[in-house]
Amino acid sequence: MSDAPVPVSVQCAVRLGTFTLDVDFTAAPGLTVLFGPSGAGKTTILNLIAGLQRPDRGRITLGSDVVVETARNVFVPPHRRRIGLVFQDAQLFPHLTVRQNIAFGRWFARRAAPCLPLDQVVGILAIGDLLDRRPARLSGGEKQRVSLARALLCAPRLLLMDEPLGGLDDARRSEILPLIERLRDEVAIPILYVTHDRDEALRLASHAIALDRGRVRAAGTPGKVLRRSGAG
Amino acid sequence: MPTFTPEEWTAIALSVRVALAATAASLPIAILAGYALARWSFPGKALLNGLLHLPLVLPPVVTGYLLLLSFGRQGPIGAFLYDTFGISFSFRWTGAALACAVMSFPLMLRAIRLSFELIDRRLEAAAGTLGANPVWTFLVVTLPLALPGILVGAILCFAKALGEFGATITFVSNIPGETQTIPSAIYSYTQVPGGEAGALRLAAVSLAIALVALIASEALSQRALKRTSVFE
Repeated sequence: MSDAPVPVSVQCAVRLGTFTLDVDFTAAPGLTVLFGPSGAGKTTILNLIAGLQRPDRGRITLGSDVVVETARNVFVPPHRRRIGLVFQDAQLFPHLTVRQNIAFGRWFARRAAPCLPLDQVVGILAIGDLLDRRPARLSGGEKQRVSLARALLCAPRLLLMDEPLGGLDDARRSEILPLIERLRDEVAIPILYVTHDRDEALRLASHAIALDRGRVRAAGTPGKVLRRSGAG
Repeated sequence: MPTFTPEEWTAIALSVRVALAATAASLPIAILAGYALARWSFPGKALLNGLLHLPLVLPPVVTGYLLLLSFGRQGPIGAFLYDTFGISFSFRWTGAALACAVMSFPLMLRAIRLSFELIDRRLEAAAGTLGANPVWTFLVVTLPLALPGILVGAILCFAKALGEFGATITFVSNIPGETQTIPSAIYSYTQVPGGEAGALRLAAVSLAIALVALIASEALSQRALKRTSVFE
């Protein structure tokens, strides 16, 4: 496994009740924003890539690895994909301390790939003082930072973030935004970042994909894509 | 503090042994069945659920009689177990434990099933993306989170098993030292002149054990409730 950023390529169709998702796009190295209003299918795309949902038909590749290909009946289960997922509401394990939470993925990935140094991740995300606490005693911003650390430390080939700032107030947002920028610039892991906030998208994206009602509306440089899209 | 006769001590000790054996034997089955009912959908689920809860509504004497028919030395299962493994339930304390296990199983199952249903399934999804396969996810996330409910179920099962009378006396009779549990001993006392004092002493023991068990299970479920609500 090389350390070079691995782009992800997604061609998928899935029907969920009356909603149909049918997308075809690739993400560039760096941070790719999936931008669109709620109901555009952003979270569904992340679930498909992480393996939490199966497409009706389609193909998803991570670098040179095929993780889903319905035509050949290929479906790699989530625990073998090595994709870090940051949930909007953190989803930390309530029965484990912060230290145990962030060690979780590290332990399972120990044979698969070298991890980022723990100290570096703990340092960038400034969670050194929280390590012995339980999630119930963390603020929303702290939870989200721990959740980022946990996803980073599972040696992911790709990091998925589902509106990680969605549940936070402005003060907490401005505390975490610079951290995500540092991750984008200092850690060589491609990031797919879901948001419906145009300012956040413009600030973070090195590449942008605009979605609307289950379709890709535009893809390219953030300036162009985010101006053209009517969403947000 | 009342003083107990040796026969009463025997009945108390036997009751505790029978109830412990019944609880220990039901626990793994109840965890499996509780998980299956909470998470899986399969044909015959409603029927299985009904069958498992049947002892709650059947007259205990019917349950005991059915046990006698199937697990007695002449019954199909009882004969097989005796011929193959030399295991016998008839008129032995193991038979009392079996009757108590069957009778108290629904209580334990309900508590355990509920605790599995309360777990946020996205926590299990998070464990999956961090590299834990389904078995590990169950062991390090699902089971620990369900533990308070499992303990509540075990305590209720134990308390109910201590008081089981109808099915036990029908299945394995009322033999002092072998199958005479506290309720059977009380019943015997009430059948002879001058047995009131003994019946009262044993009734007090039953009352005390049941009360302690209920208080303990209530305290445990409060703790579990507090933890889940903090987490939301």
